Amino acid sequence: MAKTKNSKTSPVAAASTLSDAQLHEMLYTMMVIRRFEEKALELYSLGKVHGTMHLSIGQEATAVGASAALTQQDYLLNTHRGHGHCLAWGSQADLMMAEFMGKETGYCRGRGGSMHIANVDANNLGANGIVAGGLPISVGVGLSIKSRNTEQVVMVVFGDGASNEGAFHESLNMASIWNLPVIFLCENNQYAMSMPVEKSMRVERISERAAAYGMYGVTVDGNDPQAVFAAVLRARQQAVAGHGPTLIECNTYRYMGHSKSDRQAYRTREEVKAWMDKDPIERLAGNLGLKESAKEALFKKAEAEIAEAVSFAEASPEPDPADIMEGVYA
Amino acid sequence: MPSANGTREITYVEAVREALTQAMQADERVFLIGEDIGVYGGAFGVSAGMHAQFGDQRVIDTPISEAAIVGACVGSALTGMRPVGEIQFMDFITLGMEQLVLQAAKVRFMFGGKASVPMVLRTPGGSGTGAAAQHSESLETWFTHVPGLKVVMPSSPYDAKGLLLAAIADENPVIFVEHKLLYKISGPVPEEPYTIPLGQPNIVRSGQHLTVVATSIMVQRAKQAAEELAKEGIELEIVDPRTLNPLDDTLMIQSVMKTGKALIVHESVKTSGYGAELAARIVESEAFDYLDAPVRRLAGLDIPIPYNRNLEYHAVPQVENIVAEARKLVRGEY
Repeated sequence: MAKTKNSKTSPVAAASTLSDAQLHEMLYTMMVIRRFEEKALELYSLGKVHGTMHLSIGQEATAVGASAALTQQDYLLNTHRGHGHCLAWGSQADLMMAEFMGKETGYCRGRGGSMHIANVDANNLGANGIVAGGLPISVGVGLSIKSRNTEQVVMVVFGDGASNEGAFHESLNMASIWNLPVIFLCENNQYAMSMPVEKSMRVERISERAAAYGMYGVTVDGNDPQAVFAAVLRARQQAVAGHGPTLIECNTYRYMGHSKSDRQAYRTREEVKAWMDKDPIERLAGNLGLKESAKEALFKKAEAEIAEAVSFAEASPEPDPADIMEGVYA
Repeated sequence: MPSANGTREITYVEAVREALTQAMQADERVFLIGEDIGVYGGAFGVSAGMHAQFGDQRVIDTPISEAAIVGACVGSALTGMRPVGEIQFMDFITLGMEQLVLQAAKVRFMFGGKASVPMVLRTPGGSGTGAAAQHSESLETWFTHVPGLKVVMPSSPYDAKGLLLAAIADENPVIFVEHKLLYKISGPVPEEPYTIPLGQPNIVRSGQHLTVVATSIMVQRAKQAAEELAKEGIELEIVDPRTLNPLDDTLMIQSVMKTGKALIVHESVKTSGYGAELAARIVESEAFDYLDAPVRRLAGLDIPIPYNRNLEYHAVPQVENIVAEARKLVRGEY
């Protein structure tokens, strides 16, 4: 884990490591996310899921590692590439799939879809279709935690593209001056749609930007769930101890295009292949010494779970147009 | 709700401050956040003295960061607080538009009704201070076009207090537009807390010859116009929507059925302005059959507010414009 130069040092010591059981659980969750998104893509191609679809295939380690470091009392705000975050946060695949199909049983009663999925009961305050949209909201959640004086934190997930929005800078500054318990987690998947990160900024690392706000910033291998876990755990301890927010940059990669309409002319097959060789699921399975057959069995289990979710979603009722006005106002 | 009769008189700015103070005393979840609202007391003095009373955890000064101010309201409202944000001049809402329009207004619906955003965003709007185009906007119509937002514009000290207390108690995001020139006007305001339900218009003055539907400072100008016209035997009925959206238009439609004529007056620019909505509501209703003159609109000219005092004066409806327009309508000169 490389600490960015010029950043404020973290007063909290490095976090503990994960047990084998925890790593196995993480591996399985990553497989569930992978199979969920592959199935969602298939359903999209069949016209059963509509609109647009932003897949995080290849980025599963960041979602799983970060969520594992937080508690059920903590809050999550995330992005339009957020299927993995939602599942890693403990949401049910069936209620998610129902939302993808626009059904009444979905987490948002078919009003939000894949891009706006939330699980408010579980303190998952929702995915955002605006790339830096969650960051100013996270400041408010942090402020609320501070006012209520609880031991919670809020983690807001965003992409490399969001770090060039004004809202990113306003939010980091505000969270820092007030020492708010916010974890700014940037998933640097190397492209903002087609814009490569090295062409969109002149600093080497997004985490360097933390220094401008007097905040601790760190870049970690986003394909290593343990590295992400350690960074988020430390950020959480720092926040709860009243030392304020942290900016964590997780370097990772999406195998699929930005969305379904993306022809990916901006990158090479070789580049994609090079990242696939660092696949987070294969890597962790290897590190855990999992045999090929055991790995396949786990994937099959995940697949069965997703198949059930699809059956539930397909059998679920459509929302009633008679209720169309519900929820605009309280 | 207590009546305004027989109570002490305070100014509009004092009424707003009293509402904020009483809301904060009654509910520790209520807090203020904005630029220069602390020791400085707010650009228009609304929160003067409140920092000393409540401290900097509840009267929170921010950097100049409108998007983050609005976002801070959204996030804290989502998680159990009742924030009251201040945007120093209505013009600056442009910098917080994404958080207001795409986040605050939509979160509840997008999440299937499972979240609430009980926040108030206060802001001074309107022209008349000689501050030119970027400190004089009347942008309320924009927000009436956004489902999920409530838009409130009090025209008197009494309404300012009652509507603000109702807005803070409301479970939805509310845009509360105060008028810079109204801050100094006085009127009777009860000392105890009271609320005026959002969405409830007010008949400010009764009359039989013409219905004038006016918002914010235009209500005060319409009242002055009505006094002049009364000398000629022309009696205006003045309807103040108070809440622009959601709007209960029943009172307005009944009034037009009574008078047979309608004049709509607002400060924001005419094209696609709020008056168009009111006019359409009148002609779409049963009042259409009662109209014996066209529905007329008096509104701001379709220009940015000019710096020159005289030009600024002519950019938005004044008392004499209302008098002239009302007279023509009543005399059937259209």
